[in-house]
Amino acid sequence: MSQFAAEPLLDITVRVNGIRRTAAAPARRLLSDFLRHDLGLTGTHVGCEHGVCGACTVLVDGEPARACLMFAVTAQAHDVTTVEGIGHDPADLDPVQQAFVECHALQCGFCTPGFVTTISAYLDEHPDPSADEAREAISGNLCRCTGYQNIVAAVLRAAELRREREGTA
Amino acid sequence: MKAAPFVHHAPRTVEEAVAVLTQVGHDGKVLAGGQSLVPVLNMRLASPGHLVDINGVAGLDTVEVTPEHVRVGALVRHAGLERHDGAAAALPLLRQAVRHVAHPAIRTRGTTVGSLAHADPAGEMPAVAVLTGAVLEVAGPRGTREVAADGFFLGPLETVLEADELVVAVRFGRLPAGTRTGFAESARRSGDYALAGVAIAVSTDGDTVTGARAAFVSVTPVPDVLDLTSVLAGARLGTLPLDAVTEAVRAHVDPESDIHAGADYRRMLAAELTVRTLVSTAAGAQEGAA
Repeated sequence: MSQFAAEPLLDITVRVNGIRRTAAAPARRLLSDFLRHDLGLTGTHVGCEHGVCGACTVLVDGEPARACLMFAVTAQAHDVTTVEGIGHDPADLDPVQQAFVECHALQCGFCTPGFVTTISAYLDEHPDPSADEAREAISGNLCRCTGYQNIVAAVLRAAELRREREGTA
Repeated sequence: MKAAPFVHHAPRTVEEAVAVLTQVGHDGKVLAGGQSLVPVLNMRLASPGHLVDINGVAGLDTVEVTPEHVRVGALVRHAGLERHDGAAAALPLLRQAVRHVAHPAIRTRGTTVGSLAHADPAGEMPAVAVLTGAVLEVAGPRGTREVAADGFFLGPLETVLEADELVVAVRFGRLPAGTRTGFAESARRSGDYALAGVAIAVSTDGDTVTGARAAFVSVTPVPDVLDLTSVLAGARLGTLPLDAVTEAVRAHVDPESDIHAGADYRRMLAAELTVRTLVSTAAGAQEGAA
């Protein structure tokens, strides 16, 4: 038998951005790679692959989680929201995305999807953060351009935008 | 970095999980939250042939509060424990400590019982477990057994668990009425593993201390309890003998040097964090007594 015998594939079904998606992948397929390679959702970025940088953060059942620290097979039966599911229309940006534009909170943009998912989940639970709380909320995400000041400003602006939209809804 | 190939097992009951573990022995690892395990697999520091994924096992995701303890099932996420108001009211130390576990995105998946089974001396919850006299409920092919947290940890990443055993829950002991608790740690970056950390329980009668205990993070090879009662009993909350506390902590901890900090610095940090936490906990007790 060849030592390179094909690895067994599993049919993995995950509900991503509201749509049930199935692909065949080995058990060791990380959720981050499943989203990018098997489902073609390349908005989720992969940085460190051991849970430190936060670039791959997605929402699992509405809560932030590291896609690089989950195997896709364990995400079955869960709802996964990627940055594509938060907002994919330049003319109708999510409040967090709009705030990033207004506050110049993205530089190279590599870390941005992880920040957007993290901040969206945070604001769901804490709609009116202080600057210190905003700093704490993003402390699990690294920005290689070190654009943190503007990202903190964007958290506060996003909270404002959410309140404004709720007020006019 | 990617994990090496493994066979994924998805048992639906504790019995099925134990049966698989019995079958695969040391070639198997239990996967619950995976927030410590998956990085180790991704970096190929470990490459078990079998992962026993207990996420589909029913009945392990509950928190129960009784007059004696707070029982946390093996699938309760750190975030679930953090949000559990009943647990926080019964044993405030749980919420105080769990908020220091990494970042929210890690607490979403990581489990409290998993961090005990992982037995990392840098983990917060092992210190809380020994300080509260916790008991771990363990299932294996020879039946179930209960193991006190004090005695569960053998060394860094090493416990008394056999390869075919599964921790199904932990019962954190509730502290006597009037006990005040505090938790603090210091890390180089928010949410990182602490260079040093401390969990403290202080009991008082009016504004006089009657007992005090501490357990540490990252500065002892296994979490154990430092009884500060002989140092603090009889002291008034406003005038605690902090120098004696510093001496006791410095003598108790046994930190290692690594690229993040030297042993001396960690020892100093452990003593300083203990003193500060003691002062803030005592201040809370004074407020409560007033």
